[in-house]
Amino acid sequence: MPNFLYTRRKITNYAALGASLLSAAFGVAFLVWILKDVLVMGAGALSPAFFTELPAPPGEAGGGLANAIGGTLLLTVIATAIGVPSGILAGTYLSEYGRGSRLASAVRFIADILVSAPSIVIGIFVYAIIVRPSGGFSAIAGAVALAIIMLPVVIRTAEEVLKLVPDATREAALALGAPHWKVTVFVVYRGAARGITTGVMLAVARVSGETAPLLFTSFNNSFWNWKLNEPVSTLTVAIFNYAMGPYDDWHAKAWGAAFLITAAVLFVTVTARLVVGRRHGG
Amino acid sequence: MGEKITIKRLNFFYGPKHALKNVNLAVGDREITALIGPSGCGKTTFLRCLNRMHDLYPGNRYEGEIILDGADILLPGLDLIKLRSKVGMVFQKPTPFPMSIFDNIAFGLKLNGRRDRRDAAARVEAALKVSALWDETKDRLHEPALALSGGQQQRLCIARAIAVEPEVILMDEPCSALDPVATAKIEDLMSELKRNYTVVIVTHNMQQAARVSDRTGFFMMGEVMEFGPTRKIFTAPANKLTEDYITGRFG
Repeated sequence: MPNFLYTRRKITNYAALGASLLSAAFGVAFLVWILKDVLVMGAGALSPAFFTELPAPPGEAGGGLANAIGGTLLLTVIATAIGVPSGILAGTYLSEYGRGSRLASAVRFIADILVSAPSIVIGIFVYAIIVRPSGGFSAIAGAVALAIIMLPVVIRTAEEVLKLVPDATREAALALGAPHWKVTVFVVYRGAARGITTGVMLAVARVSGETAPLLFTSFNNSFWNWKLNEPVSTLTVAIFNYAMGPYDDWHAKAWGAAFLITAAVLFVTVTARLVVGRRHGG
Repeated sequence: MGEKITIKRLNFFYGPKHALKNVNLAVGDREITALIGPSGCGKTTFLRCLNRMHDLYPGNRYEGEIILDGADILLPGLDLIKLRSKVGMVFQKPTPFPMSIFDNIAFGLKLNGRRDRRDAAARVEAALKVSALWDETKDRLHEPALALSGGQQQRLCIARAIAVEPEVILMDEPCSALDPVATAKIEDLMSELKRNYTVVIVTHNMQQAARVSDRTGFFMMGEVMEFGPTRKIFTAPANKLTEDYITGRFG
């Protein structure tokens, strides 16, 4: 081959490599920037009081966001309790029972649309079906909104992961004389357990960072509240309020809350990735 | 010896595709029946009729009779779970479940309603001994079955099928994914299984059919070209096509 062809290929190669490296760096740079800011500004705002005390009255320094931490945990736990079992069961239907059925295609299609539905729309929807009829903002309304956001994510991941279990495995279990439900529960779920766990964790991480739907549903609260029929404070809504407030101390608290939620989401996501990594590692 | 399964005028359709044409065949009780023939000839399709595996997928249709122990298993309303616990199956590719070696076999035991843990341990050991896998696995029963070699996985699948206490074991090219050493082990195992079980095996390996089986059926394009005692099929085939196939002139 003539030499100049080699040279041209080399140049093209380096150009393509350079362009993709630059693009990757561009994306990662912003992520690092955000993480750095959140870390630097947020870590400084954290103190024991941040985790244990209620918010101080406006304008006064001190206090914490203990109630918001509790509220976020409460909503996430309830949303998970609603969204995960129904999501996994719906995914099971799509993968194990409804293959090729019209209902399954309809469910899959709707789930795909819901995955990309703006979360604020879901907030307004829950406002209309729960908040208005019940006469006020409530923790349960917030949890339902988060559960609705989780649901399609869990359905689609559960379906995809269950489909990764080879049909040969299902056939082998059925050939032993196992009824369909036992094959699903004891064999297919076993094979998909890690994938489903990962999907669930990613869905939890996703909703724990939601703000918009909560503004319409669980709203906010300056005090402790574990009652499901009353408004509750959450970290994300606290960030929303404090970041736009006039006080420096509020801004610091917002950074602290941002740091906490980022760290928690990062932790859950990284754990999920590790679980997947182990699966592929053998 | 008597007949375990008698197949009369069996036709099978994958939707509009006529895959098996007027199959008549008799599987001897506690014998090994080998099914040979070129790829796509319908041997596996036929094997999967015997435990009604085709019922898993819509659009499949049987015609004719498959008489197992005097009763037609193609009758509507037949309990498929009962049928499959009586007619076990080992697949071409090993299909260990994603769980420990022990649990793979215990799964079948539990299906039979045996839940006693101590009893299970004894039965798992017995099944692994029959499939000649016990010595290799006794110290690692609780490790994942997927960590076993291909040959070991296939013997595990045989052990798992045996643990359900079937009467018939169907084997769909059980050695095609294995090396010669593992193949030899499985062939020894088949002769061993013959004492207590009726075995039907699909194979592409002529020598294997000749070595292990009592009866042989030669399939081509969905039809049984010739069926009879293995010795006769391999030494004095009545059909020219059978002779051409077993001598390697086509296929």
